[in-house]
Amino acid sequence: MAQTSKLEGMIDSTPIMHEYADIETGNMPEYTVDSKIPEGPVAEKWTNYKAHQHLVNPANKRNLDIIVVGTGLAGASAASTLGEMGFNVYNFCIQDSPRRAHSIAAQGGINAAKNYQNDGDSIYRLFYDTVKGGDFRSREANVYRLAEVSNNIIDQCVAQGVPFAREYGGLLANRSFGGAQVSRTFYAKGQTGQQLLLGAYSSLNRQIQKGTVHSFTRREMLDVVIVDGRARGIIVRNLITGEIERYAAHAVVLATGGYGRAFFLSTNAMGCNGSAAVQAFKKGAYLANLAFTQIHPTCIPVHGEDQSKLTLMSESLRNDGRIWVPKKKEDAEAIRAGKKKPTDIPDEDRDFYLERRYPAFGNLCPRDIASRAAKERCDAGFGVGTGNAVYLDFKYAIERLGADVVRDRYGNLFDMYQMISDDNPYETPMMIFPASHYTMGGIWVDYELQTSVKGLFAIGECNFSDHGANRLGASALMQGLADGYFVLPYTMQNYLSDQIKVARSTFDTSHPEFDKAEADVRSRIQRLMDIKGTKSPDEIHKRLGHVMWNLVGMGRTLQSLVKALGEIEEVRKEFYSDLRVVGKADDLNTELEKALRLEDFLVIARMMAIDALNRNESCGAHFREEYQTADGEAARRDDEYMYVSCWKYTGDTEKPILIKEPLKYEAIQVQTRNYKS
Amino acid sequence: MEHTISVKLKIWRQRGPKEKGQFVNYSLDNVSTGSSFLEMLDMLNQQLVEKGEEPVVFDNDCREGICGMCSLYINGHPHGPVQGITTCQLHMRKFNDGDTITIEPWRSAAFPVIRDLMVDRSAFDKIQQAGGYVSFNCGGAQDANSLPISKEVADTAMDSATCIGCGACVAACKNGSAMLFVSAKVSQFALLPQGQVERKRRARAMVSKMDELGFGNCTNTGACAAECPKNIPLSNIARLNREFLNAKFSE
Repeated sequence: MAQTSKLEGMIDSTPIMHEYADIETGNMPEYTVDSKIPEGPVAEKWTNYKAHQHLVNPANKRNLDIIVVGTGLAGASAASTLGEMGFNVYNFCIQDSPRRAHSIAAQGGINAAKNYQNDGDSIYRLFYDTVKGGDFRSREANVYRLAEVSNNIIDQCVAQGVPFAREYGGLLANRSFGGAQVSRTFYAKGQTGQQLLLGAYSSLNRQIQKGTVHSFTRREMLDVVIVDGRARGIIVRNLITGEIERYAAHAVVLATGGYGRAFFLSTNAMGCNGSAAVQAFKKGAYLANLAFTQIHPTCIPVHGEDQSKLTLMSESLRNDGRIWVPKKKEDAEAIRAGKKKPTDIPDEDRDFYLERRYPAFGNLCPRDIASRAAKERCDAGFGVGTGNAVYLDFKYAIERLGADVVRDRYGNLFDMYQMISDDNPYETPMMIFPASHYTMGGIWVDYELQTSVKGLFAIGECNFSDHGANRLGASALMQGLADGYFVLPYTMQNYLSDQIKVARSTFDTSHPEFDKAEADVRSRIQRLMDIKGTKSPDEIHKRLGHVMWNLVGMGRTLQSLVKALGEIEEVRKEFYSDLRVVGKADDLNTELEKALRLEDFLVIARMMAIDALNRNESCGAHFREEYQTADGEAARRDDEYMYVSCWKYTGDTEKPILIKEPLKYEAIQVQTRNYKS
Repeated sequence: MEHTISVKLKIWRQRGPKEKGQFVNYSLDNVSTGSSFLEMLDMLNQQLVEKGEEPVVFDNDCREGICGMCSLYINGHPHGPVQGITTCQLHMRKFNDGDTITIEPWRSAAFPVIRDLMVDRSAFDKIQQAGGYVSFNCGGAQDANSLPISKEVADTAMDSATCIGCGACVAACKNGSAMLFVSAKVSQFALLPQGQVERKRRARAMVSKMDELGFGNCTNTGACAAECPKNIPLSNIARLNREFLNAKFSE
C-alpha cells in the first residue's frame, strides 16, 4: 500500500532492531486454530448449525452445571437463558448486585435490522456495515449471525417490558448512529444500556427465584481450573471476607467485559478489568487482536491529574450536533487564553472538519475516523479548552428544531454535561475529546464462542469476535445480547451433549487441580502483600495509563511501540518492587483488589503493544502512522495482515507465540473504506 | 474557573456490622473544584495509604450516575445537597473553602453496614426476585411492532424504570421504607401491556417480600422522592397502593 508522501520526514520510520521482530517464527504447525465455521453460504450457516448440532434432553439439563462469570448484558442474558432451559447455573459478579454491571452505562442504543423505517435496511446491510465498519478484520460468519439474530433481540426485550422510545402511533422509534445510512438504532432515552440490562436482570431474577440460577455477588474470579484438559471450575475471592472459594461445573463462561482501563483513564467503570482474560490466557486460551482498542470521539475532556474516569457523551449527539474547531489558529489561541468565546466565532470562521473531509457521512462517520480527525486538528494547533478538545455544537439543531425538541432527545445528556463541566450546552457548544471506551480485541473464540480451552467460553466484550478493528455505535449492546440470549445457549448444548456421562465427582472441588489452583492464588496474593513498598496501586496504574495513552493510543509508530514495551517493563518492575498494599489479605481490602487487577493489566498492556507492533498496517482503530494514505486515512495491507492475530502465553516476560487465523470474505467484496462519497 | 479549596471531613468509620462505629476527622487541602466528590475521597485515601493507614471504604463503580453503586449521606442528604444527582456526579465546586463535610453511610435496619460507608443492599435484589419481571422465556417473542404502546404510556413507564436501585429513598425515609423503590418497578409493569397478566401477583409478592425484609411503612412524608437522584415521582407510591389494594381485594 502507498505510504504517504505528505508526512514523509514527519514520522520517524527508520527501521530499528527490537526483540519482537522475529515473533512470526512462533507460527508453528502444532499451533493452529480451528474457527469451526459451518459449511454453506453465509446466510445459511447459522440455520444449518442449529439444524445439525447436538442437543441435551430436558431431564439431563438439570444435571449439568454451568458457571457464568459476569452479569452484564452478555452474562445476565446467558445465565438467565441457560437457567430457563433447565441448566444449573452459577452466576458471579464483583458488584453488590447483578444490576450494576457496566453495560448499564451504555447510553445511545442498540442496532437491529428491522427496517421499521422502510429506509432500505436488511440483515445483509447490517452485516455489511458491521464488517465494513470493522475495516475487514472481523470473521464474516460471526457477523452475519449477529445481524441475523439482531431482530430477535428487539422482540425479546419488548416482551420483557423494556420501555423503548416510541412514536405517537405506538410503534418503536429509531435513530441513526455512526457508520450507517439507515435509521436502525432502538433506544430508551439516553439510558438504553440501563433498560436492556434491567431487562436481562429481571429474567435473571426470575431464574434465581426458581432456583435454576445461583447468584454470587461481590466475588472476583482469580483463576480458571482445568481438569484433564477441560475448564471445570473457578477460584474466586470473596470481596467482603477475603476468603478464597472454589466452584466446579461442567463448563465455564466468561462474560467479564473489556480491558479499556489499561489506559487508566477511560469511560469504563472503576471496577472494569481484564483479569479474567489474563487468567484464561495463562491457562492456554489465546488472546486475539489486542491492538484493536476503541477510542470514542465524544467524551468530556480531562480536567486534571486527580481525575479518576472520563465520561462519555453518547454518539447519538452526533445526529444533531455539529463538530467544529476554529478555522483560524489565532481564534483557537484566543479561545484557549480565555480571550474569546466559541459564540464569538462567526460561522464562516468555523471549520466543520468532519463535514469537510467526509461529506457523505459528515458528523456520523465511524468512531475511529472521528477520533483521529479530532486528534489531527488538535495536534495541528486548532484545539480549544486545554488544547485537547473540539466543539460539539447544538446551536444549529436548536435553530432548526427548537430547544424543546433538542431537550426531549438529549435532555439528560445535556444535564450530565452541565453537571460535570459547569457549562450550559443549550447556550455554548460542548467541548469533547476522544477517550478509551471499548476493546474490540479480547479472548479468541471459535464460531461456537468457545476459547482454545475446551469447555471455556467467552461472550460479550471480553471476546474478540464481531467488531473487527473498529466497532460501530450501538453494536456492543447488540453483540452482548446476541451472544447471551441467542448464540451461547445453543452452542453450549453442542458442547455439553457428551458431558452428561462425565460424573460430577471426577472434577469436584476436592480434585487436586483445585488444590493447586487455590494454592497458586494464595501465593500470588501473598507475594503482593509482601512487597511492602511505597506506591499505591492507583499511582502505578496512572503511570501505566500515561505510557499506554501516549505510546499505544490513537496514533502508534514502530518507535513508540518499542518504547512502550520498554516503559511497560519499567512499570512492571516498579510494581513488583515498590507496591504497597495496606490492610490484610483475608479481609475486605479494596487496595488488594486494585493491585490484583493492575497486575493483570500489566500483562494485557504488554500484549496490546506487542500486537500493535506486529501489525504493520493501519486498520480501523489501529492507526500505525507509517501506514496511511496521502490524505491521512488508514492504509490496510490485506496481502499480509488479513488475519486474526492469536497469541499464546509462554510467560509474563517471554515472547508469546503468534498464531494466525486467516480471514476469508465470500459474501462481501473487500474494499477500502470510504465515508467520503 | 476552577480553583482549589481546603475542606474538613467528618467521616463515619466502622469495622463491621456488629462493631461500634465513630466519626473520624480529616482535613484535605488542594482539592480542585473541578474534581468530583468521589475523586476528593480518592485523594483522601491516597493520603491515608501513604501513611500506611487503611483507606475509607465506599461503594462506587460507573462514576456517571447510572449504576447505583455509590451511596453516602453527605451533610444530612443522601447523595449530597444537590437535587437529582448521585454522589459520583456531585462536584467540589458545590462546596466552599473551609467547609466541614459530614459523610455517613445509608442508615437503615434493612441495609446493615459492611464497613465504613459500604452497606449491604441485597434486600433490594430479593424484592426484585420475588416478582420484578414478566414471566417470559427467551425465544418465543412475537414481532416487537405487533404490540403498539402509546408514547405517553411508554414514556411514563420509562420514567419509573429509570430507578437505579441505589437505596437513597430508604436512607432518606424516617421509617426506612422501600416503597418508592418497589413502586417504581411495580408501576413500570402495571403501565405496560406486557405486565398485565401477572399484575396482581407481582404487587402482592413484592410488597410481602419488602415487609418480610424489615423495611418500614410508608407515612407519605415524601422525603424519598425529594432525595431521589433520578427524580422518581411520588405518584408511583400512589399507584402501588392502588395495585396492592386491588390485588388484595381480588384474592
